[in-house]
Amino acid sequence: MNELAHTTNEHRDYLGAKIGMWLFLFTEILLFGGLFLVYSVYRDAHSTDFHGAAQELSTVIGAINTVILLTSSLTMALSISALQRSEKMRSALFQAATIILGIAFLINKYLEWSEHINHGFYPGSTDMLAKGHGQVLFFGLYYVMTGIHGLHVLIGMGLIGFMLVLTVKNKISSSDFIKLENTGLFWHLVDVIWIYLFPLFYLIT
Amino acid sequence: MENNFYHTPGKYPGILGWLFTTDHKRIGLLYLGSTLAFFFVGVCLGLTMRLELIRSGTHFISAQTYNALFTLHGVIMIFLFIIPGIPASLGNFMLPLQIGARDVAFPKINILSWWLYIIGGALAVTSLFTGGGPPDTGWTFYIPYSVRTTTNVSLALFGVFLIGLSSTFTGMNFLTTIHRLRAPGMKWSRLPLFTWSLYATAWVQLLATPILAITLLLVIIERSFGVGFFDPARGGDPILFEHMFWIYSHPAVYIMILPAMGAVSDIIPVFARKNIFGYKMIAASSLGIALFGYLVWGHHMFTSGMSDTARMIFSLLTFLVAIPSGIKVFNWIASLYKGSIKVDAPLFYTLTFIFLFSIGGLTGLVNGALATNVHIHGTYFIVAHFHYTMFGGTGFAFFAALHFWYPKMFGRMYKEHLAKLAAIVLFIGFTMLYFSMFVLGWEGMPRRYYDYLPKFNTPNLISTIGSWVLAIGLFIMFYNLIRSLWTGEKAGDNPWNAATLEWQTSSPPPTENFATIPEVTKGPYTFREPA
Repeated sequence: MNELAHTTNEHRDYLGAKIGMWLFLFTEILLFGGLFLVYSVYRDAHSTDFHGAAQELSTVIGAINTVILLTSSLTMALSISALQRSEKMRSALFQAATIILGIAFLINKYLEWSEHINHGFYPGSTDMLAKGHGQVLFFGLYYVMTGIHGLHVLIGMGLIGFMLVLTVKNKISSSDFIKLENTGLFWHLVDVIWIYLFPLFYLIT
Repeated sequence: MENNFYHTPGKYPGILGWLFTTDHKRIGLLYLGSTLAFFFVGVCLGLTMRLELIRSGTHFISAQTYNALFTLHGVIMIFLFIIPGIPASLGNFMLPLQIGARDVAFPKINILSWWLYIIGGALAVTSLFTGGGPPDTGWTFYIPYSVRTTTNVSLALFGVFLIGLSSTFTGMNFLTTIHRLRAPGMKWSRLPLFTWSLYATAWVQLLATPILAITLLLVIIERSFGVGFFDPARGGDPILFEHMFWIYSHPAVYIMILPAMGAVSDIIPVFARKNIFGYKMIAASSLGIALFGYLVWGHHMFTSGMSDTARMIFSLLTFLVAIPSGIKVFNWIASLYKGSIKVDAPLFYTLTFIFLFSIGGLTGLVNGALATNVHIHGTYFIVAHFHYTMFGGTGFAFFAALHFWYPKMFGRMYKEHLAKLAAIVLFIGFTMLYFSMFVLGWEGMPRRYYDYLPKFNTPNLISTIGSWVLAIGLFIMFYNLIRSLWTGEKAGDNPWNAATLEWQTSSPPPTENFATIPEVTKGPYTFREPA
């Protein structure tokens, strides 16, 4: 067998790629699971403080963000089914819409955070240190959990942007769309994590 | 021109064809070189500590430096050598061959894993020289000191975080590979036990490492922003850190030992010329260890203030998790029984492994029993226990596996008499170095101390001399292995007459592993054709 080493044997395994992605998502769930564990331990220890601290968060902005992310999951799913029907431009538009919704989410987050920081609610501030332990922990968890979540929103947007380029260049198509599908799975995970964050931080008043 | 994977040009020219390869065999060798380089650094750190401890009194190392030394020794040996050790180097090389595949499921993620390992290692090493100096918290980074110390903990932890990502991706890769890429006829019940062990290990790597990842991230965040998750001064709970840390770090020791045991299970049948005893139980026990290993983390925290009920449950589970390991040891011995035994170097190291690991495992029960634990927690007894299991266990099995698969990877044979001489010297040095520590710990010498009472002088002296004997043994062994790369006799495809698939292709293998993908019709340890 005289194989030139630098020719690649294209090896497509749709199921294998999906298995790999789901295994990776499992690790992300465990990563956030650790944070939820910390949350539950401290909420159990300081339930009144958590209840009080949650009043500082705006349920309205949180709800808007929830709607934004849910819609973005819809546009993401639509982009995949569009690609499966070989509707390239439609898929690209839906991917772009998903990214724009992601930007909207992050802008909201920025506005929320800056308001809190202006009011002195941030780790290590003098106002913060004067509060009870439960409140300090609540806000610590709030910033860290929504922060790491926001980082994942950003990463997801980057991945979708990359997929957008590949779609336009016909590198993903109706016969090979696993990359887009896996990106969609990642985006849905980011959405699901927010679905858990929203009630735990905004709705426990 | 030999058609093997060394000579086939990579996608990129020269050294880049190695650094950015997607060939699992080259990646395995990249890991082998880098893990052994870090092992060498870890050994030097250990020798330095032992030199300071040769006699009571302060000699040439300050208390601060000593704390940094044992921290680094632990971080390097655990995260940069033992955890990746066998799975990333020998596992990467052998897994696709053993299942009859051309490569792993995700070759690009495979090389990414190596780069994450290297960058993480580089950051950890950089932390020695920047900021407040090398971390002095111990590799366990307990709160509150790890939050309060001014040493360069954050950088080191971020390095470990990246190494953890590397490990997680490798786990994901191996799982998908074993599920999807087995050759026709390679049923689960025909997999070599090394592959089974890599499978069980991959589950642990995948599921346990993320918990450590988030725990370390939280410590970095706490140091940087003062968020009070763990620091009691800010309302945090330091015991929560211990729980989260050990929920990963206990399963981690099973990441360390399972591939070692898998290699042993592959070696013994070959050198006893008979089928392994209890194949199904050995495979099942690997899965059992992986599962049960998640339930025992509290045995690292018996003196941290848990309730009696919790401690009793953890102690019971700790005793239970020893059972699958015991099953393996009995099955290995039974495999040798009435075999046609040839004690070549791989088996020689394997027998040493069984002896040393058994001591390590049995002393684990001493640690796991509540009454004795109070007496020996935080003493040199624990240090001896984990060195017997991690070094006498995984380390020696690694040496055995290196000697076993050496001809396959390099196409040459090492000098048999030097290999055996090294093993004997290693065993003597190891025993002097670590058995003394059992005595010291039982007599009450605390661990992680830079000095000790004069009454502990004699065992400490023996231990330090043992460290030098051990170092000589390591030198002989690596001299043999490295020199033979150039001067060793050429090895054939199957010098051991083994039956697993990696031996049914040339030594070293061609880039595509097999000219044609084999069709598997028999088990991994059938040495005689069926009548």
